[in-house]
Amino acid sequence: MYLHEFQAKGLLRNYGVPVPDGGVASTASDALRVAKELKGDAWVIKAQVHAGGRGKAGGVKVVKAFDQVYDEATRMLGMKIVTKQTGPEGKVVRRILIEKATQINQEIYLSFLVDRDSEQHMVIASSEGGVEIEEVARDNPAAVIKAQVNPVTGMGLFLGRKIAKAIGLDSSLLTRFADVANKLYQCFVDHDGMMLEINPLVVTSDGEIICLDAKMSVDDNALFRHPKIEEMKDYGELEPQEVRASIFDLSYVSMDGNIGCMVNGAGLAMATMDIIKFNGGEPANFLDVGGGADVNKVREAFKIILTDPKVKVIFVNIFGGIVRCDLIAQGVLKASEEVPSDRHIVVRLDGTNVQEGRRILEEGAAKSGLNIVTGDTMADAAEKAVQLAAADQPAKKRSAAKSA
Amino acid sequence: MSILVNNRTKVLVQGLSGSQGKFHAQKMKEYGTNIVAGVVPGKGGTEVDGTPVFDTVEEAIRKTGANASIVYVPPAYAADAVMESIDANLDLCVCITEGIPVRDMINVKRLMKTSASRTMLIGPNCPGVITPGECKMGIMPGEIHTPGTVGIISKSGTLTYEAVKQVSAFGYGQSTCIGIGGDPIVGLKYIDLLEMFQFDAQTECVVLIGEIGGQAEVKAGEWIKQHFSKPVVSFIAGQTAPRNKRMGHAGAIVSGGDDTAAAKMKALEECGVHVVQSPADIGKRVKEVLGK
Repeated sequence: MYLHEFQAKGLLRNYGVPVPDGGVASTASDALRVAKELKGDAWVIKAQVHAGGRGKAGGVKVVKAFDQVYDEATRMLGMKIVTKQTGPEGKVVRRILIEKATQINQEIYLSFLVDRDSEQHMVIASSEGGVEIEEVARDNPAAVIKAQVNPVTGMGLFLGRKIAKAIGLDSSLLTRFADVANKLYQCFVDHDGMMLEINPLVVTSDGEIICLDAKMSVDDNALFRHPKIEEMKDYGELEPQEVRASIFDLSYVSMDGNIGCMVNGAGLAMATMDIIKFNGGEPANFLDVGGGADVNKVREAFKIILTDPKVKVIFVNIFGGIVRCDLIAQGVLKASEEVPSDRHIVVRLDGTNVQEGRRILEEGAAKSGLNIVTGDTMADAAEKAVQLAAADQPAKKRSAAKSA
Repeated sequence: MSILVNNRTKVLVQGLSGSQGKFHAQKMKEYGTNIVAGVVPGKGGTEVDGTPVFDTVEEAIRKTGANASIVYVPPAYAADAVMESIDANLDLCVCITEGIPVRDMINVKRLMKTSASRTMLIGPNCPGVITPGECKMGIMPGEIHTPGTVGIISKSGTLTYEAVKQVSAFGYGQSTCIGIGGDPIVGLKYIDLLEMFQFDAQTECVVLIGEIGGQAEVKAGEWIKQHFSKPVVSFIAGQTAPRNKRMGHAGAIVSGGDDTAAAKMKALEECGVHVVQSPADIGKRVKEVLGK
């Protein structure tokens, strides 16, 4: 789960990590109030959206008078931020962060993440802050320093000093840097962070070390022990289908294609998208109904696909292990009763209770006039789904579906 | 032969009294797995469907001679259950539980690295391990498997079933199938299992199923090129996955340029692995490679 910058900075502040004074606003007049409370003569206005590279897209502005605060806030609120990460549709700015501007002497990069290889947390630091770390790693790999953190001892202060030395910080800054790094690590670990990126971490003209930015994501699997973090989830950042999926605890990711997919198991769900593409089609979504799915969950999953306007054909690919095929069939029929649709549904069932599942589907389809097409294998079903989507015509009658 | 589990494996079930544990213990028994004990703290002395329940793993081992455990404990307590098995020095622990926090797994691995325990861990968030006809420790549908010569290693559950079905359809059975799990930090990894398959006379070919995220598949490829003498067929799921989106599995997320499906497929191909683009071609390619 991704946090907004202002949420992450709130957590960091609780750990004594220096961050700029600031406040959040969702209207321009609110923004003006925040700036007046902050006082000073220069402020930074930052769009609060889950997207890297927002600065280049006009989502970060420095202003030097109250009228500019108001005008800039008016411009930024409601605008669409389009970056590499958001895709062409972009993200609408609903909130902005107004902070006191900082006098910057030096910009540093510092991040924490989970290192799969060493099976520990890892710190990444660089003297080249303020630019994307991937670029630094490509153009000047020697400037990127990595260090593993022993989970028993934590960072301590020594590791921070070692990193500071390695990225060429002035000796006078060693102790302060180590203290900030250690507090960042503590905050990261205590909240089950998956990633915490401070870019840039700056040295001010007064010799202070301050986190100018903070990007943080938290382990979804650990939210059960962080109820306060879970409350921070911003559903406004999700697609409508993704919001519904999250309510029913379904794994769903929206895509750009027109073939809706309902699959059990994450690996098979990805493979289903892949085989659609392999056959020349485009998947509309990733959807894993999960191992413990009951009829209700399957129904909700199928409804999410049925209510997605871009879906032309639906591909149900189930290999029943724990999930029984008869249960899937019942869920599909129930959802179709609630959200009638004349779209083709290509169904491939295999594994546990497959015969029963097929029978229920066939009988249900005969009664309700659903356009069900069966595929014997994954390859067969994928081909049929892609052909039907390409034909680009809703099925009129069940007989037409059968001949397809 | 086969690897990890066989007809001499004596299994204890951690979390036997829960709905998952109870259901799957029954299925495993029906398959022929030798389930000797259950472990549920506070319920020692009771029975579940005729299987004796003990308070601790240590006691269960002492009374029944169990040498392997399977964990169905809910996510908040699962890492603790795994550590109990490691502490009790079992040969093998299979953790089925999905949703264990990464931080807990970091601690489990730290314990494994610093203790003298010999326990090998499979999972978490995995379907388990099966040696067809001998022992099923997991949640996979047993009936689709047949004894044979193809070893299967996979991060996914249902995609493994798909591979098993295809391999069987072309007339090949399986030596041992292992789901290593889709989390960022897991127990045995591809290379650990490839090492075992290298020395398993029954295994003639290995199917390696990977997915986006991390570098495990690339590392496996490099190891295969240097050390593995049997043919390997591979499919990588997530060719169409967008960046920075978690695709179901906690570990299945493209976050850089080198953890995409395309990058992994290319790396494996360069190491001499038979990579298939379509998941429907796994069985066909195994047949081509074994050429019988």
